[in-house]
Amino acid sequence: MNLLAFDLPFVPKQASAQAGQVDAIFFAITVLSALLCVLLFVAITYCLIRYRSKSNADRTMSMAGHNLVEVVWSVIPMLIFIGLFIWGAIVYVEARNPPKNALTVYVVGLQWYWDIEHEEGPHEIGELHVPLNQPVRLVMTSQDVIHDFYVPAFRTKMDVVPGKYTEEWFTPIEPGRFRVFCNQYCGTKHGQMTAWIDVMKPQDYQAWLVGAGANTESIVQTGARLFRAHNCSSCHDDNSQVAAPDLHNIYGRQVPLSDGTFVTADDEYLRDSILTPAAQVVAGYKSIMPVYKGQISEPDIMAIIAYIKSLTPTPSASRPTSNQP
Amino acid sequence: MSAATFIEESPTGVEPPRHPKQPDYLHDGYGLKSWLTTHDHKRIGILYLIAITFFFLIGGIAATLMRIELVTPNTDLVTSETYNKLFTLHGVTMVWFFLIPSIPSVLGNFLIPMMIGAKDVAFPRLNLLSWYIFILGGCFTLYSLIAGGVDTGWTFYTPYSTVYSNGHVLAMAAGIFITGFSSIFTGLNFIVTIHTMRAPGMHWFRLPLFVWSMYATSLILVLATPVLAITLALMAVERFTGVGVFNPSMGGDPLLFQHLFWFYSHPAVYIMILPGMGVVSELIACFSRKRIFGYKFVAFASLAIAILGFIVWGHHLFVASQSIYAGLVFSILSFLVSVPSAIKVFNWTATLYKGRIFFHTPMLYALGFIGLFTIGGLSGLALATLAIDMHVHGTYFVIAHFHYIMVGGMLMAYLGGIHFWWPKISGRMYNEKLAQFSAAVIFVGFNLTFFPQFILGYLGMPRRYPAYPPEWQVFHVLSSAGASVLAVGYAIPLCYLIWSFFFGRPAPQNPWNASGLEWTHALSPPIRTNFEEIPIVTKEAYDYPYPETPNRA
Repeated sequence: MNLLAFDLPFVPKQASAQAGQVDAIFFAITVLSALLCVLLFVAITYCLIRYRSKSNADRTMSMAGHNLVEVVWSVIPMLIFIGLFIWGAIVYVEARNPPKNALTVYVVGLQWYWDIEHEEGPHEIGELHVPLNQPVRLVMTSQDVIHDFYVPAFRTKMDVVPGKYTEEWFTPIEPGRFRVFCNQYCGTKHGQMTAWIDVMKPQDYQAWLVGAGANTESIVQTGARLFRAHNCSSCHDDNSQVAAPDLHNIYGRQVPLSDGTFVTADDEYLRDSILTPAAQVVAGYKSIMPVYKGQISEPDIMAIIAYIKSLTPTPSASRPTSNQP
Repeated sequence: MSAATFIEESPTGVEPPRHPKQPDYLHDGYGLKSWLTTHDHKRIGILYLIAITFFFLIGGIAATLMRIELVTPNTDLVTSETYNKLFTLHGVTMVWFFLIPSIPSVLGNFLIPMMIGAKDVAFPRLNLLSWYIFILGGCFTLYSLIAGGVDTGWTFYTPYSTVYSNGHVLAMAAGIFITGFSSIFTGLNFIVTIHTMRAPGMHWFRLPLFVWSMYATSLILVLATPVLAITLALMAVERFTGVGVFNPSMGGDPLLFQHLFWFYSHPAVYIMILPGMGVVSELIACFSRKRIFGYKFVAFASLAIAILGFIVWGHHLFVASQSIYAGLVFSILSFLVSVPSAIKVFNWTATLYKGRIFFHTPMLYALGFIGLFTIGGLSGLALATLAIDMHVHGTYFVIAHFHYIMVGGMLMAYLGGIHFWWPKISGRMYNEKLAQFSAAVIFVGFNLTFFPQFILGYLGMPRRYPAYPPEWQVFHVLSSAGASVLAVGYAIPLCYLIWSFFFGRPAPQNPWNASGLEWTHALSPPIRTNFEEIPIVTKEAYDYPYPETPNRA
């Protein structure tokens, strides 16, 4: 819903479904604040002029306090604040929970560029092509320090943190090229860690996918190759002699663990299980898998996870991170 | 200068005849040694004044170079690396070596004992030690600057600061670590002084509101600063020994650093603004000739801010991958912490009503404070709103917001306080017209510098960028132009205050006809022990002509 579907001065283009909602709250707060400022400054100016030292204004019956007045000017702002909080929270919770039909794009932040992998294939650096009117979910991590993927025209950002997956989603509603900034200080060339998002009409996007993906393997193919290269396949394949969990149909499902608890096999769990397998062992299996921490780069881990994900037929429940209400 | 410099009316307090048998504190011993070994809280206040003015100049030069760099969209005056070092230097010196010690260590030291009717602080030697520790910490920071600088930002986020940065991170962190002890000792000293050394009759609700706000500030200094020390120590351990605490590739958690850092640094924001609020309460009351409206509400609002300020740190982590539930809790708490600030603003405004208002320089600063603090506070509401923060977090909107609070608020209050108590500190009067003029220059320069940054922030300009898209140049040029006006505005008071310290017209004991003990019972400048005999307090604070009726709330 786009509450303010017109161009305002000093406001960047509203290029995502969420942008209008953010602008609407901001507009409301700005108007409220301006009203309060005007009221306050008028009251102050009135007092300064009327009660200036040389004036003979009536100063009798002045007071040094009034409990009811104090209560009124404490409670009214508090109620307004709670209203603003609720409005902002509703938009925020929606903006943090991607819809299930969202297109997934894998993003790795590195000093000082963005490495972007599409599920369908193309691999991009510093530029992200997305289709118009299609929810897009970015699954992000960092190879080194903390970065942040900020798209002002979409009014959204999220830190890109090493050692974990964070996500961000948006539905582009305007075709065009929009700026991406790294918004978390990341070192010498932080100021040059910019990128572009290309929002394309669906038919153009399909054409681009075919063209850009023609000569490259898809992330799933890369993942499958790495799955063999890192010897994952020697234990996790169907005809393996080693007792290792079957990876088919596990993505997004509940997995029983050896300590009796359950965990959802999301991106974060798969990542942890590759890097530090002994932490959460599947019930019925021995903890014999080697540790891959420090052995595989972040983009490669993402590719392997994309491959494991492809072993679960779609539509899969794609609710990958743990911070969901 | 005309007699209009002074506020003349019937004396409000007892004005004892003054024939000093003792020299004033400025002439009670001469030479560098008498200053560097002094236990006098007033002299220690002056030592701090000199030290923080020096650091303010360093931080100001760094800011000036940044603003010159940002006149053009390209990185041309300095390299990216130098730019990163400049904003780190600006942040570190301004936060830890100017703002945090500004009002507490200068005016707090000078005034608290006098305001409560004591001869000195509770631990005068510890007080001097605090200053030496501050200087030692400053030396470490200066060393890191001379050795080549640090490029982490004042926030030292991990794992950049512990693994990837090549700067002299440990030296600078050591400087901040050491200076923290100065804060803790000063806070401790003030708490004990206020509890135990009040003059006969000076019960808690007769204390000037400046003392209340300094009490609240001291609580934060004592309780929050150790957390910063721990955080920096852990960072040093990881950087120096490679033990994984924050670095995920060694099993650490980078978000843990942010939680620890902001658990200190958000309360520290209130260390930087509460003392300013205390000063403004004094100035508004004096120049309105009226008791402050809602004294107890203003006093308890200080304590409420100090307490609530400890549980809002998570609003710095809304987009840092903190859980959504945590985001919701910290958002509502951040809205609530603004209620006591709003209460203060409304009470100051109500104080003006039916007062008798004088427009001396300190009052101009106080009025400027109210306006700029209000704008800064209201923009804080936008940042506390989760949905808006997703857009403006880490942009120039945040920069504008906290500079409205820190510079528009705290620095205006500090300058207002310095001008108000200057006759007491130096025993001299400054040129009133020149001072009023420079207050106006600072107000205009400040708004021109920082208001365009609100717009830049909403347009999406990220902080810590030496370059930017060319379509935003106009706002950056406005901001840089404002910064040069601001620089002139700061230079004028520096000059005329130094001049007046040596050559100004001698000040009377109470030029503003103010009601505090430091005005009614101490000379300008005061003697070493402040009072010839300890005053006995029989009246409440702000014993001004208005309200006229004795029926006071």
